[in-house]
Amino acid sequence: MTRDLLTGNAAAAWGARLAEVDYIPAYPITPQTEIIEALAQWIGKGEMDTRLVTMDSEHAMLTAAGAAAATGARVFTATSSQGLLYALEMLYTVAGWRVPLVLVNVSRGLSAPITLEPDHNDVLAARDSGFLQLHAETCQEVLDSILIAYRLAEHADVLLPVLVNLDGFSLSFTREPVELPALATVRRFLPAYDAGGAGFGAHALAQGVAVLGGSAYSFFKYEMQRAAEAAIVTHADICTAFHDCFGRAYGMVEGYLLDDADWVVVMSNSFSTVGKAEVARLRAQGEKIGLLRLRMIRPFPHREIARLLAGRRGVAVIDQNISIGKGGILFAEVASALCGCSAPPLLSFVGGLGGRRFHSEEFDQMLAALRDAEHQGGSPEPQLLYSAAEYAHMLDMLRIAGHVGTEVANVRPAESVAHAPSEK
Amino acid sequence: MRREIYQSIKQIPREEYMAGGTGLCGGCGGLLALRLFHKALGPDVVFVNAAGCLTLLAVFPFSPFRSSWLYTAMASAPAGAQGLRDALDVLIAKGKLPRKDDLQVVVVSGDGAAHGIGLQATLAAIHRGLDFYYFCYDNEAFSNTGFQMSPASPYGSRTATTPATARSPAGTATPKQDLFELWRVQQPAFLATVSPAYPLDLMDKVARAARLRGPKLFISLSTCPPGWGVDPAESVEIAKLAVDTGVWPLKETHDGAVVHTVVPHRFRPVEDYLRPQTRYRHLFEPVRQEAILRQLQADVDQYWAHQQDRSS
Repeated sequence: MTRDLLTGNAAAAWGARLAEVDYIPAYPITPQTEIIEALAQWIGKGEMDTRLVTMDSEHAMLTAAGAAAATGARVFTATSSQGLLYALEMLYTVAGWRVPLVLVNVSRGLSAPITLEPDHNDVLAARDSGFLQLHAETCQEVLDSILIAYRLAEHADVLLPVLVNLDGFSLSFTREPVELPALATVRRFLPAYDAGGAGFGAHALAQGVAVLGGSAYSFFKYEMQRAAEAAIVTHADICTAFHDCFGRAYGMVEGYLLDDADWVVVMSNSFSTVGKAEVARLRAQGEKIGLLRLRMIRPFPHREIARLLAGRRGVAVIDQNISIGKGGILFAEVASALCGCSAPPLLSFVGGLGGRRFHSEEFDQMLAALRDAEHQGGSPEPQLLYSAAEYAHMLDMLRIAGHVGTEVANVRPAESVAHAPSEK
Repeated sequence: MRREIYQSIKQIPREEYMAGGTGLCGGCGGLLALRLFHKALGPDVVFVNAAGCLTLLAVFPFSPFRSSWLYTAMASAPAGAQGLRDALDVLIAKGKLPRKDDLQVVVVSGDGAAHGIGLQATLAAIHRGLDFYYFCYDNEAFSNTGFQMSPASPYGSRTATTPATARSPAGTATPKQDLFELWRVQQPAFLATVSPAYPLDLMDKVARAARLRGPKLFISLSTCPPGWGVDPAESVEIAKLAVDTGVWPLKETHDGAVVHTVVPHRFRPVEDYLRPQTRYRHLFEPVRQEAILRQLQADVDQYWAHQQDRSS
């Protein structure tokens, strides 16, 4: 075991290296590119016994990844944003092949407007595909999640591909201390993949074949749903084994100052680190507030979330994504988890789009909104976080771009930091 | 050109690697060509399929193949072949798969998936020098979805999306895109056109290509009885007419030069090929469209006038 300062991308590359993957189809895209560059360097120097092939698109990349995994190879690949969406057809397809590959997504906002900075619309667009999803908060968790992901994907009860998500920039290009486990320990935790004769080879095999009619189609889709549900238990067992081997504990969710919290903010990925700092600040002011970080998004841990959120005085879900015309995606998912139990008032906040930073005042505002909601009830309408200073700056830019007068009035937010929902 | 391996129809192996009774149309030229193709390759094959008519060969729980099959998507079958080939190589090199379990990787695609949506993935696989076969059954339209125009649809043919009307008397107004030339500039290891009506030519090409490493690419003009509007029993005869009129030149290239492998002693008029097909009926009824018919014959004449080896 060694300790090093690694970026999230380097940690992801180390995850693939320590998993001793056989095959890496690759295609560059910011902010993921550093991962495949590092792997190409190691392979070039003979430090990894792996074949890396640069493909002509992410769509081709996922096809090659799935076909190689269907042949029995341990496969790694990575992408971001537009690349993930370009490959989306094949995400559904290879998940249906029930192949245990691991795909790292380095989150980045989606065009248009085109940007390089992070939010989660890319990874959440893949949420219905059949890929399981683990979302990492730290560089260490990126590496660890990749090792966990292989063991989860390759488990006979699961056999679904796994996507490991990390945020672009705030994690991909940020160095943090990372423990690199010894290869011998990793091999004990994650033995070489054995497809058990299920791959292409000596015997005739038809994979990905057509079905006629809804019964056969439904059967195979339900099988995937059952496998994803089984991943809840399997993941817990794997995390126990991981803790035994490496001493670090992971769960489907992570609670921070949660046990006695009246108020809870729900977040995911690296922005949870910002959220935790704000929760600690508010705790120091005597507020009984905690944070629930969603780590496993697929399968969605309904019961665990319901158990941890039921009975609170108020819950704010902060989405770093936006479903246009609906609001926060994870808000809707958390709300569905609380269906049928004594749900606390739930509020939806959208922030952090395209890498937008959170401000301390916004957490003060969210807490105040939760207090109001305790008496007035929650509203499902999203509150869009945007500060007066940002708005003034945006108006300046609109003027520079040649826009004057009336057309900017339509984008003016309310006076408060958070846009207030309409009164009941 | 002299064939090297298959001189007589009696040399065609009797072994069948595909069972009959599939869900494909009677008289499918693509299926007949694939059957011959498979005989030439032998049993150790994995087909990587792009969406098209032949996707319906393997419908759960049935497959007609004694070999293996992977359906991918419309655009990326060559990328699937890349992953499969690479994984076989890696697993064999690492001792995780016995060498005897190695497979020949064959993309099976219609012209619809080969020309437009799948061309990028194909050119990329050729560029990477992937060791694979590409079998394109060219029925000159998106036949599986009801015969809509593809880039391979010839000028003057009627499809469901290029109907022959007063405004558009030719039906398809664009020329057939030349996939052979699009592929040839990449200098693949072996590239040939074939026809199910010329089985010895087809199988000899496959057998000679098998000696080479790299991309081995085949385009088979494939009669589509429902789309072309011919009786299934006439499928082979129509395919033969395509060659004998010069419309579908049988050729190959593997070292730079293009060589024609079957050259008719006397070319039959192009009309002989067009007239039996209802997709060309508007060229003859209710009035003969002389200008279009002359153009179609001129295109064929001009092609052959430019071939140096036409007398071979």
